[in-house]
Amino acid sequence: MWWRRKSKDKAKERLKLVLAYDRAKLSPGLVESLKRDLLEVLRRYFPAQEEGLSVALEERGEKMVLVADIPLR
Amino acid sequence: MKAKAIVVTSGKGGVGKTTTTANLGAALAKLGEKVAVIDVDVGLRNLDVVMGLEGRVVFDLIDVLEGRAKVRQALIRDKRVENLFLLPASQTKDKEALDAARFRELVQRLLTEEGFDRVLIDSPAGIEKGFQTAAAPAEGALVVVNPEVSSVRDADRIIGLLEAREIRENFLIINRLRPKMVARGDMLSVEDVVEILGLKPIGIIPEDEQVLISTNQGEPLVLKGTSPAAVAYLETARRIRGEEVPFRNLEEAQGLLAVIRKLFGGR
Repeated sequence: MWWRRKSKDKAKERLKLVLAYDRAKLSPGLVESLKRDLLEVLRRYFPAQEEGLSVALEERGEKMVLVADIPLR
Repeated sequence: MKAKAIVVTSGKGGVGKTTTTANLGAALAKLGEKVAVIDVDVGLRNLDVVMGLEGRVVFDLIDVLEGRAKVRQALIRDKRVENLFLLPASQTKDKEALDAARFRELVQRLLTEEGFDRVLIDSPAGIEKGFQTAAAPAEGALVVVNPEVSSVRDADRIIGLLEAREIRENFLIINRLRPKMVARGDMLSVEDVVEILGLKPIGIIPEDEQVLISTNQGEPLVLKGTSPAAVAYLETARRIRGEEVPFRNLEEAQGLLAVIRKLFGGR
């Protein structure tokens, strides 16, 4: 049905994420807890930006990078 | 493909490695190559039954590697097509007996002294020693993948391991594609799988009941059938031989045309 979200899009999204962890030989749980800790520290230093802070795993070509997005104004 | 020794692999079990090996072996032979298909799944021999040659097994791969039989004694000639030979796995002997260095020498010998044009190696599932041994002589690989999350994930692992072994001429065989499901967005498409795995397809094989029927009968599909999977395997073999064969638009034929047919009261 046209309004239903295609299940293959969900499959693709989940695969991309799990492969990012597989390729980086990281466990998703560990990265999640690292992200939580990093956010906690960032919030201490940038209390005003609490809302916009984010930490995410990204694929850049061959490399996997952990990206912290910290709005300063 | 330039590679003459090709490993057929997938990581995950049950995605169609053995069927693919049997059909591509038969198709390549049909196109004029002298082909050996080798079953490396020691203890879980299956290529013989899929090809319908189980009644003719006398010696096996381990017998050859350990010197109990000559390679020519162990090779089973398929009488239905010129120049197709099977080297069966051992069903009883210990897997540890399969030595990677000796196996590599054997494949080399088939390609030189024995005059084979192509050797297809049916790898066992998994990423352990069995796969590593099967891949040892390979110059290229066919990674069989179903458009499904678990199979795609395992294929990604296998592709990484092939690259680590410096096996570089690698292609995807996307197997058991269901065009109708793809058309309604409930199955990963060829494009999705290719995008995720970053490897080009050399074969797109639709789900086809005839595959099981031909396995029941012990006759490779490509030797008798003109069903969709048989045609797809034959075209794949031609691509392996370097021919430019465009991929059929399975999705459109099934999706769009089916819709139009329905509009006009057809089936």
